[in-house]
Amino acid sequence: MLTLFHSRIVTRAAAAACVALGLTLSPLAIATPAQAESNPAAITIDGGPTSATEGTPVTIEADIYLPEQTPAPAVVLAHGFGGSKTSVAEDAQFMVDQGFVVVAYSARGFGASTGSISLNAPDYEVADASRIIDYLAESDAVIQDSPGDPRVGFAGGSYGGALSLMVAGYDPRVDAIAADITWNNLQTSLFPQSVLNSTELGVYKQLWAALFFSSGLSGGPIDGCGRFTEQWCQAYNLAATTGTITDEGAALMAASSPQSITDRITVPTMLGGGQSDSLFPLNQLNANAQQIAEANPDTPLKVLWHAAGHDGGVSETERLRELTAEWFTAHLLDGPAVANDFSISVVEGSAISDRALGTVSVVTAPTYPGIGGDESTEIALLGPPQQILAPAGGVPSAITALPGAGGLAARFGAALSLPVPQQSAGFISMPINEAGRIIGSPTATLTVSSTEPVTDVTLFAGVRIVSGTDRQTLPNGLVAPIRLDRVGPEPIEITIELPTIVTEWAAGDRLALTVSTTDQGFAMPPGPAVYSIGLAAPSLTIPNVATTAASGGVATWWWLLGALLIVIALAVVVRLVRPRPAKPAVDDQLLQTPVAVVDLVQEFSGGLRAVDGVDFTVPPGIVLGLLGPNGAGKTTTMRMVMGLLRPTQGAVFVFGQRVSAGASVLSRVGSFVEGPGFLPHLSGKANLDIYWRASGRVGNPHLDEVLDIAGLGDAVDRKVRTYSQGMRQRLGIAQAMLGLPDLLMLDEPTNGLDPPQIRHMRQVVQDYAATGKTVIISSHLLSEVEQTCSHVVVMNHGRVISQGTVESLLAGRSGRRLEDVFLELVGEGHTV
Amino acid sequence: MTTSVNTSQGNEVRYNPRRTLTVPTEFIRQVRRKRTFIAFLLVIALPIVVVAAVKFGPSGNGGGFGDGDLDLVGLATTGAWNFTLTMMFFSSGFLLTILIAMFLGDTVASEASWSTMRYLLAAPVQRRRLLRAKLIVGLLLTVLVTLTLVLVSFIVGWIAFGSQPLTSPISGTFTLGESATRMAVIIGYILITLLVTGGIAFLLSVSTDVPLGAVGGAVVIVIVANILDAIEALGDLRRLLPTDYGGSWIDALGTVIVWEDMAIGVAYSVVVFAILVAVAIVRFDRKNILS
Repeated sequence: MLTLFHSRIVTRAAAAACVALGLTLSPLAIATPAQAESNPAAITIDGGPTSATEGTPVTIEADIYLPEQTPAPAVVLAHGFGGSKTSVAEDAQFMVDQGFVVVAYSARGFGASTGSISLNAPDYEVADASRIIDYLAESDAVIQDSPGDPRVGFAGGSYGGALSLMVAGYDPRVDAIAADITWNNLQTSLFPQSVLNSTELGVYKQLWAALFFSSGLSGGPIDGCGRFTEQWCQAYNLAATTGTITDEGAALMAASSPQSITDRITVPTMLGGGQSDSLFPLNQLNANAQQIAEANPDTPLKVLWHAAGHDGGVSETERLRELTAEWFTAHLLDGPAVANDFSISVVEGSAISDRALGTVSVVTAPTYPGIGGDESTEIALLGPPQQILAPAGGVPSAITALPGAGGLAARFGAALSLPVPQQSAGFISMPINEAGRIIGSPTATLTVSSTEPVTDVTLFAGVRIVSGTDRQTLPNGLVAPIRLDRVGPEPIEITIELPTIVTEWAAGDRLALTVSTTDQGFAMPPGPAVYSIGLAAPSLTIPNVATTAASGGVATWWWLLGALLIVIALAVVVRLVRPRPAKPAVDDQLLQTPVAVVDLVQEFSGGLRAVDGVDFTVPPGIVLGLLGPNGAGKTTTMRMVMGLLRPTQGAVFVFGQRVSAGASVLSRVGSFVEGPGFLPHLSGKANLDIYWRASGRVGNPHLDEVLDIAGLGDAVDRKVRTYSQGMRQRLGIAQAMLGLPDLLMLDEPTNGLDPPQIRHMRQVVQDYAATGKTVIISSHLLSEVEQTCSHVVVMNHGRVISQGTVESLLAGRSGRRLEDVFLELVGEGHTV
Repeated sequence: MTTSVNTSQGNEVRYNPRRTLTVPTEFIRQVRRKRTFIAFLLVIALPIVVVAAVKFGPSGNGGGFGDGDLDLVGLATTGAWNFTLTMMFFSSGFLLTILIAMFLGDTVASEASWSTMRYLLAAPVQRRRLLRAKLIVGLLLTVLVTLTLVLVSFIVGWIAFGSQPLTSPISGTFTLGESATRMAVIIGYILITLLVTGGIAFLLSVSTDVPLGAVGGAVVIVIVANILDAIEALGDLRRLLPTDYGGSWIDALGTVIVWEDMAIGVAYSVVVFAILVAVAIVRFDRKNILS
C-alpha cells in the first residue's frame, strides 16, 4: 500500500505541475481565448509613434465590451507578456458584468498590433495607453469627468501590471489602477542582489530572462530579435552572453520601470504580488508600495500577498478577479468602500494531498508594514564556518524555484530542493518550542572569505524549515541571490535580505539558513572556487505581521451547506430505518379464523403464476393438510401467509388481520418452511434461545418441551453445523413450536425423518391440535396427510382443486384411499 | 404496540415489535462467528508482526522525507504514537476496507444463505428493523476492530519503541494532548471514509443471497475505483470516486489541521453512504424473500 500511496502523490504532483505551468505562463505567454458571452466590438486605434526615427503611429487592435447600462466608467485590461487582447477575455467578461465599459487591447508587438516590443517604455507602450484613453474620451458610452478626461481604470498582471503603474504615473486622466505580480525595477528583478546596501550588480536571472525574452520572439522574423526593438534585443543578448549590462541597457530598464514614476502615483492603487513568484518576487511589490506611500501618503493603497505567482502556487484567480472588481466599483462607481489594508494568503497545512479547493486562509492587517513586518524575533543559529565549493561551470546545480514548477520542487519532492552536497553551508536553530510564522523577509549577517582571491562570487541563501523528522522545506522554493565582486582571505561581512515568504512552523521544528553556490535558475561564474561561509551574527531575524483572525478559504456557508447535507442524509436514513408500525387491516368476522386465504395470486417475474386464485379457510383446532404435487404452489402460499412474499393479488388473513411483511399477528404463527435455518456456529439450544429473543416475544417459550420434541439429547449443546439433516429438521420443527403458537405451519415436516420419528411427529401434531390450536401441514406424501390431518386442501398448478374434510373427500369412494382420489383429481401423468 | 396471545394453557405470550432482533441480540449472533474472531485475530497479530519485522529486519532511516519518499516505516519506530499512525496508514487502504465490506456485506446475505432470514422475518422482525440491527452491529464491529487495532498497536508500539509523542512525517512534533487530538481526528476520518465501502457492501448484501458475492463485489468496486483514481486523464471526474478521499487525513498532520479536504471527504462519504443505505432499505422492503 505504501507504493500505491506514494505513486498517487507523485502523479498528483505531476498533474499539479501541469496546472502550475499553465497558470504560470498565462500572464506571460499562453493565452486561452475564452468564449465571450456578449461579443465585443473589435476596433483598431492609432497608438504612439512607431520608433524614435519613424513618427507614424502603430496600429493597436482592441476589443470594446459594453455593459447593459451606459455611460459607465471604463476599465482597460492590459495583458501579460506573450498574450494578447484575447488572453484577458474572461476577465473582461467579468468586469463588463460588473457594469464597466471594458477595453482589452493587444500591446504593440503582440497579437495583431503592429510595432516592436519596448517593454512598457514611456514613449511607446505608455503612449499607446494614452491613445486608448483619448479614444475613451471621445466615447459616449464612457462617463466623462471633464471634457477629454474619461473616468478610467487600468488593470493587469505582470507586463500589464507594470503598464498600469506606468500609465498612472504618466497620464493624469487615469483614476484608479490594479497591478498584479509585476516589477518595480526591471534591473533588480532580472539581476537581483540580496546584499543590503550593496551597489554591486546582482546575479543574472538567466532562466527566467530567457523564457521572458523567447516568448517575445515568436511572430517576428527569425533574426534573434523577433518583435523586440533593436535596443532591447542588444541589451538582452549582452546580458545572456556575459551576465552584465551596459549603461544604455540600464537606462532602458530604468525608463521601463515603475520605480521611475511611483512618486507621481496618487490615484487609488491596488498592488498584488505572488508568494510563489521567483520572477517578480514580493520585494518588487514591496518597493512599489513603499515608494508610493512615501511620496504620497494619501494615496489609497491596498496590498495583497496572494498564494499564486509566476511559479504557480495556489490559484486564487476568482478571488483576485472579485477584489479587482470591488476596487474599481469603489473608486470608479462610488460603490461600497474597500479597506486600504494588507491581506496575506496563508497556505495552510501539509500541502501533500492535492489542493483542488482553496486551503488558503486570508489574514489581514490594517496597514501595509513592508517586508520587514511590524514585529520581529531573533532566532539563534548554530554552526561553525563552513567551506563550500562553487563547481566549475556552475553544475551540478541545486534546483529550487523553476519557472512554472518552482513551488513544486519545494512542496512535493523535498529531495529536489535539497542543496547539492559540498556546495552548501547550513546554520540551524535549536528546536523551537512554540509554533510560529514568518511574514516578510528574514535577515541574517554572514561572513564570506576565500583563501584565494576570487572575483565575481555568486551565492544563494534560503531559509528552510526543518521538521522533527529532518524533512526540509524551502518555502515556495525561493532563494536570495548574492553577488560579490571580489572575495579574498579577509572575511567580508554582509547582511542579506532573505526571500519574502509567508510560512508557518510547528512546535519542535527548527529553522535553518542555508547558503549554496549554485542554483539552476541563475547564471554562475564558470571558474571553480572554494568559499568559507560563517555567521557574523549568530541569529536570524524573523519578521511577522500582527493580523486579524483568518478569513477566507472555504466560505462559512459551504460548511453550513455541507453540515446540512449530512444531517438531511442521516435523517433520511434514520427515518427509513425506523420501523413504521402500519395500522393493520382487520376483518372482525375472521378474528377466530386462523387462516383465510382470499383470491390469492402470486405471479413471479417472467409471468409464472405459481399461485393462481387460491381461496380457502382454515377453522381453529384442526390439522389441515395442504396437498399437491411438486410445483403446485403449496410453499408459495405458505410464504405469503408468513408475509415473505407480497401477493400479486388477493389477501391472506391470519386471525382476522391482513398479512403484510412483518405484520404483528405473525407472532401467533410458528412456521417451518422449506427446511430449517440455523446459525451454524451456535449450538441447537443457543439457536432456539437466541431465536426466541430475536422474535420479540415475552413469556414462556416452553424450551424444554420443544427440545423434547426435537429429541436431540446431548446434541443440543453441539454446534448446529455438526448436525445431520434429520436433526436439523427436528430442531426446525421445535423452533416453530417455541412459545406454543396458535397456528403452526409445517412444510414437508417429515423430510429426512425415519419411520419411528415420523410416527412420533404425527403424535406431536395431533396432540398439539387437541389443545385447540391449529396446524397446517403441507406435504406431497398422501399417506402422511391421510393419517395426520382431519381436513385437506388439494392444490395443483397453483389452484385449489378440492377441499374439505378427509372423510368428505373419500366419501362415496369407499374402499379407495386418498392416493387414488388425489391421482384422479390431478390427472394422470403426474408422478407423485 | 403489544399483541397479547392467550394460549389455551393460560400462559401469556406477548409480542412487542420493539423487542425483535435488538442490537445486543444481533451482536451476540454475529460476534460468535468464526470470521469475527479471525478479523480480531488479524488486527491483534498485525502490529505484533510488524514490530517483529521492524525490530529484527533491516533498520529504517529515521523517517520523514529524507530521500524524497514518505518514509513511514522509519518513522514508525520513533514511538507508540507514530507506530499506531503507521499501522493505521497501512491498514486503512485495504485491511479495514475488507473488514467493513465483510461486516456489512456478509451480514444480510449470510442470513439468506443460512435460511435463517425467513424465520426472522416471519417471527416477525420488521424488515427495516432487521436492517437497522444489521447496520448498527456491522458498524459497531468495524469500530471495535479498528479500535482494537489502534489499542494493540499503541501497546505493542509502547513496549517496543517507547512513548514519544506523535512526530509528523511532514512537520513538527506534537505535544501529548495534540497527539491524541490528531490521532482521534485521523481515526475518525478513516472510519468515516470507510462508510462508502460499507454502504456498497450493505446494498450488495440485501441484493444477493451469496455472502461472498456481497463482500467480494464491494472489494472489487473499491479496487476498480482505486485504479480509476490513478488515471489522470479522468480529471475532476475522479472526485466522484469513493477512494479519492481516503488519503485526506494526512492534512491532520500539518502544523495546523486543514479541514477543507477532510470536510469534503466526510460530506461525500456520509451522503453516499446514506444514499446507498436508503436504496438498500427500499430494495429490501420490496423484496420477495425466496431464500
